[in-house]
This record gives sequence, C-alpha cells and structure tokens, in this order.
Amino acid sequence: MADQITDTTKSRLIHYATHLGDNALILGHRNSEWCGHGPVLEQDIAISNIALDLLGQARNFYQYAAELTGNGATEDTLAYLRDVPDFKNTLIAELPNGDWAQTVLRQFFFSAYQYYLYRQLQKSGDAQLAAIAEKAWKEVSYHLRWSSEWVIRLGDGTEESHERMNRALDLLWTYTGDMFIPEAYETEVFAVDPARVKADWEQKIKQVLEEATLTVPENTWTQSGGKKGIHSEHLGYILAEMQFLQRAYPGAAW
Amino acid sequence: MEKNLEDIFQDKIDREIRIEPKDWMPEKYRQTLIRQISQHAHSEIVGMLPEGNWITRAPSLRRKSILLAKVQDEAGHGLYLYSAAETLGITRDEMYEQLHSGRAKYSSIFNYPTLSWADMGAIGWLVDGAAIMNQVPLCRASFGPYARAMVRVCKEESFHQRQGFEILLTLSRGNEAQKNMAQDALNRWWWPSIMMFGPTDDESPNTIQSMRWKIKRFTNDELRQKFVDICADQVKILGLTLPDKDLTWNETRGHYDFGPINWDEFWQVVSGNGPCNRDRLNARKKAWEDGAWVREAASAYAEKKKSEQKVA
Repeated sequence: MADQITDTTKSRLIHYATHLGDNALILGHRNSEWCGHGPVLEQDIAISNIALDLLGQARNFYQYAAELTGNGATEDTLAYLRDVPDFKNTLIAELPNGDWAQTVLRQFFFSAYQYYLYRQLQKSGDAQLAAIAEKAWKEVSYHLRWSSEWVIRLGDGTEESHERMNRALDLLWTYTGDMFIPEAYETEVFAVDPARVKADWEQKIKQVLEEATLTVPENTWTQSGGKKGIHSEHLGYILAEMQFLQRAYPGAAW
Repeated sequence: MEKNLEDIFQDKIDREIRIEPKDWMPEKYRQTLIRQISQHAHSEIVGMLPEGNWITRAPSLRRKSILLAKVQDEAGHGLYLYSAAETLGITRDEMYEQLHSGRAKYSSIFNYPTLSWADMGAIGWLVDGAAIMNQVPLCRASFGPYARAMVRVCKEESFHQRQGFEILLTLSRGNEAQKNMAQDALNRWWWPSIMMFGPTDDESPNTIQSMRWKIKRFTNDELRQKFVDICADQVKILGLTLPDKDLTWNETRGHYDFGPINWDEFWQVVSGNGPCNRDRLNARKKAWEDGAWVREAASAYAEKKKSEQKVA
C-alpha cells in the first residue's frame, strides 16, 4: 500500500500512526508508575494490565510508522529518540497520576475516546491501521468497562470518594477537548469522523457520570496543543526518565 | 484422641496424601504454614518494588513490556499465596498488618537496591533462579493449596529467569560499558542471592520438623549447593565472573566449593538494617494507607447496591 499512496497521504499516515502510538505510550507510562503502589492488589494488577495493553498498542502503531518511514526507524527510535515537540500525544495522557480518583477518571475519559475512535478505525481503508485498531479495540473495551465501574464506584461511594472525584473532574475536564480538535494528519480519510467520535464520547461520559452521581462540568474552555507538539510541563520529565539509557549509551542494543 | 489424630495426620504425610484446609492438622503445622506462606506472599509483593523501580526507565519497548508483565506476574503470585494462606484461617488484612508492623518478614533479597538496568538481568537470573530452586520442591509440599499455588508460580518464574539471563547475555555481548554494567550487577547480587536459601543447616532450627511434615524436601545447604553448581556453569556462557575467589570445582565432592558467606550482613538485613528495608516497608505502608479511602468507597458502594437489591 505504501508504494501506491501519495507523499502527502503517506506523511499523514506516518504522523497519524505516530500520534496514536504516542497517546498509548504516554498514558501507558503513567499507568505503569502505579505498579507496586496500587490501593489493593487486584487493582494494582488491573492498572498494570492496562498499562501493558497500551504499551502493546504503542508498539504496533510505532512499528507501522517506522516501516513507512524507513531510514532505519524502529519502534525504539520513535519512543526514545524524539524530543517533546515531536511527541503528538493528547495532553490528558501526560497528566500526573494524582490520587486513584484522578487516575481512574483520566483512564475513563481516555478509554471512552479510544473506544469510539478504534471502533471507526477498524473500517479504515488502510488495512494495517484497521488491523491494529481491531486488536486494540478489544483491550480498550475492557479498559472502558473497568474505568467506568470505578468512576461509578467512587462517585457513588463515600463522601470522601465523591469529593475526590469532583476534584479530579475539575482538574481533568479542561483537558478533554484536546482529544477532539483534529489536526491535518487526522483529517485525511482514514475512515474516522472526529465529530462522531466526539458525539459518542459525550453521550457515554454523560451516562456514566450521571450514574456516578457526578455532574458534567459546564466549563467549555479547553487546554490544547498536545497533538501539535505543544505540551504541558509534565512531558519533559516523562521523556527524561524514559529515554535516559538510550541517550546515555547511544546505539547500544538492549 | 488427640494422639490418635496426630498419628492419622503423620500417617497421611508419610503416605504422601495431601493435607487439605478442612482436614485436622497440628496447630504447629498450621502456624508454620501460615508463617511460611504469608512470608512468601509478602516477598512477592515487596519484590515488585526493586524491579518496579526500572519500569519507567527500561531501555527498549520490548524490555519494558517484559518487565511490566513480570512485575504483574509477581502481584498475581502474591494473590495466589495470600489465598492459600487464607485457607488456614487468617485474613489478608491480618497478614498485611503483620507485614506493616514488621512482625512478618519477607525475603532478605528485596532489601537491596536496583542501581542499574543490568540489575533486572541479575535479579531474573540469580534471584528468580534461587527462588525456583526453593520453590520447585514446594510443588510437592504436603499442604495442598500451597503445593498447587507453587505449580502455577513456578511456571511463570522459570520464564522470568530465562528473560533475566537473556538481559545479561545481551549486555555481555554489548559494548564495554554494558559489559561492565552486567559484571557490576553480578558483583552486587551474587552473595545476597545465595543468602536467599537461609541460614546454614546447623543454624536452621525449623528444618527438621518441616522436613518431617514434608513442607520442606531439602535442607537450605543442599539447595544452596545445587544453585551454586548451576550458576557457576552458566556464568561461563555469559563470559562474566561470580565474585568469589574460592569458587572452584571439587572433583571429589562432585560440587563447586565456594567461599564463606557474610552471615553478619545476612542477620543485619533480616533484622531491618539492609540498604532498603525502610524504603520498601514505607512504600508498602504508603500504598496501603493512601488506598484506604478507595477500599472504603468500594465497600460502601457494594453495600449500597446490596441494600438496593433487597428493596427491589
């Protein structure tokens, strides 16, 4: 396929696959920080499991982007040798874990986004993107169920958990819009209609927050820029930590 | 009557019939198993920390995935083992309380720090290797739930061990800095690993009873020797050395001789003075305390749902 498409399409495809990989890698990295520190063993396993799924998705997207790029690019050069402005993940993925409420709500917002996005992407005319989305969608369905249940449990749990969910909601809400502002590399016809993803997402969020006795914030202001490579201050630290060995020992095999 | 029960019990043990949770067992057998299984479970959970320390810094996506999966496996092992211990009439919360208060121990090895990526290799090869050496005989332990848990644990452990060896092999074939990193890791992990088998046989008071009850099948020193013999050969494939100048093949014994173990260090670490004892315990306590509101919310929600169901 790569041989027959125009250079613009190819470049957009590389950007798009990299962006999807970045989303998965960065949120996977955040979730992996919980490993060994979760509130209860079963949930320690669950959040690490989600991290591992996301890492797997990142690898799939990166491998495809690297194959299209050529020039010796690999999943690891993409993950370890790009700097902050080159990363195109949506902002919400890079936000700190905070408490369990913040982590769970971030996961819910993001999983709902991935769920509707991948559902459409499976019908993409690009066979490789469609195949990756098909595999990933099964995992994301699990992530969405898990995070929805936790949002409900904490929202409708104790006074304290309800309060913590409200605080998380207040913090995270302004970062949700970033997911739905399409960049040029997304608008190429990969069979995804961002407006529909957004509509489906909003409906799901409303339904789950309602069941969790939480209120959808009225604030419509949105922080954005992640998809353009303009990030929060958090991403630089993530990369410094993640990339240190590759940077300290260039060219080594691990 | 009491005597009779004990005879029946020992007879079952002698005939290799598994003891199950509802069977009569001597109180001392129950207590010994609770201690051993819970400490084993705690080791899995505390053992997530030294390796978890490198998940965010793993040098390739493949290595990162493997490490994350491995640490997750350890959490799973902890779960099996806590469940096995619970069949003996103790709750997971009680066991946590014992861990957090310092009354229950966990393996001394996890009080050592992971200072470089090569430590992930050394832990896989040596620490998991020593664990397997200890655990394979436990698959035949007389208490059914423990033995069955160990069968599952050992399958995953041996996979981890091969991964660890592969990390070291890759490093040992890499550049000079990587080779040095690997050697440095072996230098730091070798002695603590062979201490994992516990005190020498003449310092190990529980061994005789545990062997009579078939909880233990080999003595500490027997297992340690087996481990040394295997590692002394495998290290040659790596082109690295073990930090013991006395390590030599003894033709007459058919085993490797090895140098004296620093038992002062061992007892210091066991009694709380290793390099990371405080950090490890504090990390576990912090996770537990920070998670209290989450567990309370989950119970409150479950209660709410239960009473709603009753009304409906």
